[in-house]
Amino acid sequence: MIHQVRRCLWLFFIHMFISAFTFGGGYVVIPMIRKYFVERNKLFQEGDLLEMAAIAQSAPGAIAVNLSALTGYRVAGRTGAMVSCVGSVVPPLLILSLVSMGYQAVAGNRILRGILGGMETGVAALIVDLLIDMWRALLREKYLLLPILAVGTFLGSYILHLPVLLLLGLSGFLCAAKARGRRGGEVC
Amino acid sequence: MLKTLFTVFLEIGVCSYGGGYAVIPLIQSQVVDERHWLTLREFTDIITISQMTPGPLAVNTSTFVGLQTGGIPGAVLATAGCILAGIIISVLLYRFLEKNRHSVYIREVFRGLRASSLGLILSAAATILGLALFQKGKPGAGLPSMILFAGSLLLLRRFRTHPILLMLGAGAAGLLFL
Repeated sequence: MIHQVRRCLWLFFIHMFISAFTFGGGYVVIPMIRKYFVERNKLFQEGDLLEMAAIAQSAPGAIAVNLSALTGYRVAGRTGAMVSCVGSVVPPLLILSLVSMGYQAVAGNRILRGILGGMETGVAALIVDLLIDMWRALLREKYLLLPILAVGTFLGSYILHLPVLLLLGLSGFLCAAKARGRRGGEVC
Repeated sequence: MLKTLFTVFLEIGVCSYGGGYAVIPLIQSQVVDERHWLTLREFTDIITISQMTPGPLAVNTSTFVGLQTGGIPGAVLATAGCILAGIIISVLLYRFLEKNRHSVYIREVFRGLRASSLGLILSAAATILGLALFQKGKPGAGLPSMILFAGSLLLLRRFRTHPILLMLGAGAAGLLFL
């Protein structure tokens, strides 16, 4: 019981902390979750994170919030999910409440724009760093279909702007279909 | 009024596919065009600010609209409405897939999802890179940002810098571009 309460408290604060630094789009939470959940506390593995990211993108709504819910759920069930979501929406709530009191000052502020611009570049580096590691892990599986699916999805999304759900569904389907085609024999 | 706020954002939440920017027209049509809770000018300001504050764009926009139309309770309800559909569906989907994990096919579906997820993140990265490094009018666009990017990546790969430390450092560096 105490264990669960401690876990939920931790989830709440960690999601609040991560959310407070979610500049430049929801995707930046992925490297942060990797740091705190996968590397530091070994709560689950990188592969699990990718799966949860896929599910978070398949559902409607913001990927960052969905991912908070999923990681919370994974660690501490339904309570974990709720606590994580609340934790992740508190920073925007607080900060925007402050901002709404004088938002003219914020919108045009050059200093803020400079800082934010730098952060945006930092975020880009964070995501590329994450991608390099995940790409390597993918190649280590030595299963040709996987990189093909990854690249195909990239092209489909970035160039063709195909819907996310379609790309994810197709990839899942193709991988399962290929497994079906393989009659008893080699292990994937 | 507050109840309407909740239900309107619940609807918006259910339809919010395709990331933050796709949600904006949805919110606009409901909040500005149909219900006149905000003027277009106010709404555009909100979008700009939502991009500058932490948190996903969709959540920030909902929170802010809620704040402007109904104070703190408004903000809470609007945000709750916006995220509810997504988190419920996410968890249900996850449970379904977990429950069927023993199935070889579901395991393979997961593998496919992992690979595809990587592709999606790659796509997001490409977009973010484009904006971070080359957006017109951004202080430091072009070479300065590229150097900052390269430096950041080096810090991450070679020296395993903490993500938050890196972001703060990058933000400080951004000041130099002004």
